[in-house]
Amino acid sequence: MDVQLKRGLLDVCVLAALKDEDTYGYKIIKDLKPCVELSESTLYTILKRLETGGFITVYSVEHEGRLRKYYHITDRGLGRIDEFRYEWQEILSIYRFIVGKDGDHE
Amino acid sequence: MNKEEFLYALNSKLFGLPPSEIEERLTFYSEMIDDRMEEGLSEEEAVAAIGSVDDIARQIIEEIPLSRIMRNTAVPRKGLKVWHIVLLILGAPIWLPLLVAAFAVVLTVYVVLWVLVVCMFIVALCLIVAAVCSIPAAVFYVTSGSLSGAVFSIGAGLICAGLTILLIAVSILAAKGVAKLAPKVINGIKPAFIGKERTI
Repeated sequence: MDVQLKRGLLDVCVLAALKDEDTYGYKIIKDLKPCVELSESTLYTILKRLETGGFITVYSVEHEGRLRKYYHITDRGLGRIDEFRYEWQEILSIYRFIVGKDGDHE
Repeated sequence: MNKEEFLYALNSKLFGLPPSEIEERLTFYSEMIDDRMEEGLSEEEAVAAIGSVDDIARQIIEEIPLSRIMRNTAVPRKGLKVWHIVLLILGAPIWLPLLVAAFAVVLTVYVVLWVLVVCMFIVALCLIVAAVCSIPAAVFYVTSGSLSGAVFSIGAGLICAGLTILLIAVSILAAKGVAKLAPKVINGIKPAFIGKERTI
């Protein structure tokens, strides 16, 4: 898949995984597994980008004698998910246009 | 490979990146391994599930812009001894011109490649002009009564036109190749600053 397109999609995917409750890295990978296989390094990059953009915040919690990082979605992050819903309509109409054009050849 | 070995290997591959950045990444991977072990995987299995150190390091380095790598490695670290600095300064008459020369050579090669491409386009332009001119030339030959001259002129024009098409195709390929060269070279430079322990 096109890298730019996939990057945007994955960002929203991760935000969606955080929508209901704060969670940690490995859990995100597991939660997304049915929909997309995410490698650790890819997830790291996405989380970093989301954090820098102010879409999520990070805090550490002690767990079994070690620290585990939890990620929390901000209002801005929630807004991004809503925004995506609108954008998706646009993408869908582009998709229909592309598929429609393709259908003309048959 | 156990967790400690994995983190150590990754650490040495990333040597040269900002220390805070390395620290953060190592913590991240360490947590990933711990979480997998908590699920019942053995330490070895958990490490294997993360992927190979080489792949991870390559991906990380590709993501980080060269400017940031340079900024970090160009700053002398605290371990810099006085005699290191003295050697650097005393050696400046030798290494500075060498560095400048090396840079100049690379730049020159790059410029020469572009000039070559431009030359190809100019030759193509000349050929097309010659091809176009062959038509009035043929007319001139016909009016002056030389049919063989006209045929020759048109033939030569056609050859020029054919060569033009060929040359333009090759020139475009060459231009694309040269344009792609610069990012390749920059990516090729990156590993020189990362993953190696340096004495200075």
